Amino acid sequence: MNQSKGTTSADTRDESAEPVLSIEGLHVQLPLGSERAYAVEDVSYALLPQEILCVVGESGSGKSLTARAVMGLLPAPHVQYEKGRILFQGEDLVQASDERMRQVRGSEISMIFQEPMTALNPVMRIGDQIDEVIRFHEKLPGKRRRELALSLLEDVHLPDPPRIMSAYPHELSGGQRQRAMIAMALALEPKVLIADEPTTALDVTTQAQILHLIRELQVKHHTGVLFITHDIGVVADIADRVAVMQHGRIVEIDTVERVLNNPQHEYTRALIDAVPGLVPRPVKTDSGEAILQVRQLVKTYRSGGRFLGIGKPQKEVHACDQVDVVLNESETLGIVGESGSGKSTLARCIVRLHSTDSGEIVYRGQDLCPLDRAAMRPYRSKIQMVFQDPYASLNPRATVGRILTEGPKIMGESTREAENRAREMLELVGLDVRAFERYPHEFSGGQRQRIGLARALAMRPEILVADEPVSALDVSIQAQVLALLADIRERLQLSMVFITHDLRVAAQVCDRIAVMRLGKVVEQGPTAILFEQASHPYTQELLDAIPGRDWSRRRIEAARG
Amino acid sequence: MAFWRRFCRNRSALIGLVILGFVILIAASAGLLFPEDPFKLVGRAMSPPGENGFLFGSDTLGRDVAAGMAHGARVSLLIGLLATSVAVTLGVLLGALAGYFGGWIDDVLMRLTEMFQTIPSFIFAILIVAIMKPSINSVILAIAVVSWPAVARLVRGEFMSMRNREFVQACHIIGMSDWRIMVREILPNCLSPIIVTGSLMVATAILIESGLAFLGLGDPNIISWGFQIGAGRTVLRSAWWVCTFPGIAIMLTVLAINLVGEGLNDALNPRLRERT
Repeated sequence: MNQSKGTTSADTRDESAEPVLSIEGLHVQLPLGSERAYAVEDVSYALLPQEILCVVGESGSGKSLTARAVMGLLPAPHVQYEKGRILFQGEDLVQASDERMRQVRGSEISMIFQEPMTALNPVMRIGDQIDEVIRFHEKLPGKRRRELALSLLEDVHLPDPPRIMSAYPHELSGGQRQRAMIAMALALEPKVLIADEPTTALDVTTQAQILHLIRELQVKHHTGVLFITHDIGVVADIADRVAVMQHGRIVEIDTVERVLNNPQHEYTRALIDAVPGLVPRPVKTDSGEAILQVRQLVKTYRSGGRFLGIGKPQKEVHACDQVDVVLNESETLGIVGESGSGKSTLARCIVRLHSTDSGEIVYRGQDLCPLDRAAMRPYRSKIQMVFQDPYASLNPRATVGRILTEGPKIMGESTREAENRAREMLELVGLDVRAFERYPHEFSGGQRQRIGLARALAMRPEILVADEPVSALDVSIQAQVLALLADIRERLQLSMVFITHDLRVAAQVCDRIAVMRLGKVVEQGPTAILFEQASHPYTQELLDAIPGRDWSRRRIEAARG
Repeated sequence: MAFWRRFCRNRSALIGLVILGFVILIAASAGLLFPEDPFKLVGRAMSPPGENGFLFGSDTLGRDVAAGMAHGARVSLLIGLLATSVAVTLGVLLGALAGYFGGWIDDVLMRLTEMFQTIPSFIFAILIVAIMKPSINSVILAIAVVSWPAVARLVRGEFMSMRNREFVQACHIIGMSDWRIMVREILPNCLSPIIVTGSLMVATAILIESGLAFLGLGDPNIISWGFQIGAGRTVLRSAWWVCTFPGIAIMLTVLAINLVGEGLNDALNPRLRERT
């Protein structure tokens, strides 16, 4: 999404047109005893034909439930419609019969989802699934339906449509599956397309292509698109108008230019400010000497070996292929790449969770690779890790106190020392000391991530390996955790390896960046220089795909002068 | 307490608990209710229920059926609990090792498990008891040997899904030993399915014991429900009560334990909590 789309949208949108979909005073009830009474409270907005309306908000803001209410797909019986109207071309869908709703779904209003793998039936060919949609709604001979399906696949720019027709979902990549989903959604030329986080599960370069495709098809088919997302960058790239939701209410709704450049509501402002600006950190000059060197590291996954490992493995994946990276004292090294690039494998090799095939991992002159468990023990505490998933990284059956004291106790500290240290660490990461006695499920995602950080810090590490520590968090929480990481790194003079797929985050926290692709490091250098003049075409591709790049640029320039 | 409230919400589980409590009460007070040896000939043979002072009648030799049932309850519960404990211990140990370490350890242990699973369990139990001479120990051992593979499979699956969870990886990174990770970190997280399977296994164990005793492979010195049925089967048409009452006792006890097991499953399984 590099090219500006400001002009095209102005041409296609007709401000005075009748809205194709309008929601008036919608209330959706939550079950009794929930955090709040309504999931969606007094929400009203209108979608004009041929426009893209982005609904943006954090998790739990009710943005997805509004869309599901339109489709008549609320998760009954827990969540129920209470009052309000959903007018589709003047017809109230709330009052519509089940029969009528089945007609509307798919042919007049259709939907695409976040995870195309679960939205497609895994045991049916793509062609049959598209055919099913057409057959259900329209009477056409088989040959015509096949032609229509082929032309749809062509429209979404899938290579070799006949082959895709006879392929099963698992044979396609994530981006191709999402394209197939879009083809299905547009099969009957719906008036409204609801896209619920359609690019969240995709890699950044694929995301850019899909956004481009949605925009292109929206213009071609004159569809009104209701686009739900949590990412302000995506909003900047694709929206004509924006509705900002918080706690089930719409706090602001206006054109994209006005909302993003001149936000009125406090929450909108906070949301926009939390987006990592694309200002790379200045080149760090005071880095110490190398504390960790990875040399020619090779890690290959083999699968399909037979009984007792006899017989040839069937499949080999080179997760790390002769990787060379260096981490200097008190700097942050970013490892950036898309899914399957081997960045997480590299992180797990560094903390010695995975064995390595060949190569060296040198910490202060000592190669860690040949060390066995016992010999590794003195080095364990020096290199600690923060994990991605705040819900899976803490033992649900252990109190926070036990989680935090276990490590120091293994290192030989007494119970009292360990407990004092744990309380200190809780304070350091900004949690109440009373958290000590509680269990992980009593905390929110952001708080859990702080506990995970405290667990790592309790070991007094010199190197912190952070594997996508903020990618599971909402943008405002993400900003808080990143600020905490930066603060602690300064205070404790830590060196950090920061794994991320998000170049915006990398720009904010990393001094140097190594870009990985298919197990190889394709380029590395200081962040500022990499952002200014990327030499490898893949790096350039990644930079171009950053959602909301142009908007971020303009913001920075506006802020400067 | 929240657990107790969730358990009580399942009405059939409560009924099961009441029946089971009654059986345990009878077993505990068997010595008080029927102080004499249940094998002793105490009256006229083949008395119908309610006559000659026999609540459930007497058998072909004049033994009191009710006394046999009360003492038999002890044996059934004892064998059920002991055999299950042995089977669960063995199954958890082998399943945990296989699931945690994977690789060749998993291959060897699972092929071993499959070997045990390929032999029909009741026939296998008969074989073991026949080889070892019938006694209460050999019966318990036989039941444990045929029951552990199911536990091992279950525990292996749980450990395999847990071992790659991030919180387990975090334990590796702080240098925790494998043994400690298995016992302190992973095992508490898969206790609920183990408890549920264990409770259902008690019911199966009681059934297998009754079957063995019916075939004359029980401990000849100990009265049990299965033994009573076996002794009465030749007179089923002339003295129906000899078989019927012990049979009802087995049915009710097994049913009760199954209901309690289901109730535990509903109460311990967080995914099902939403349903009610």
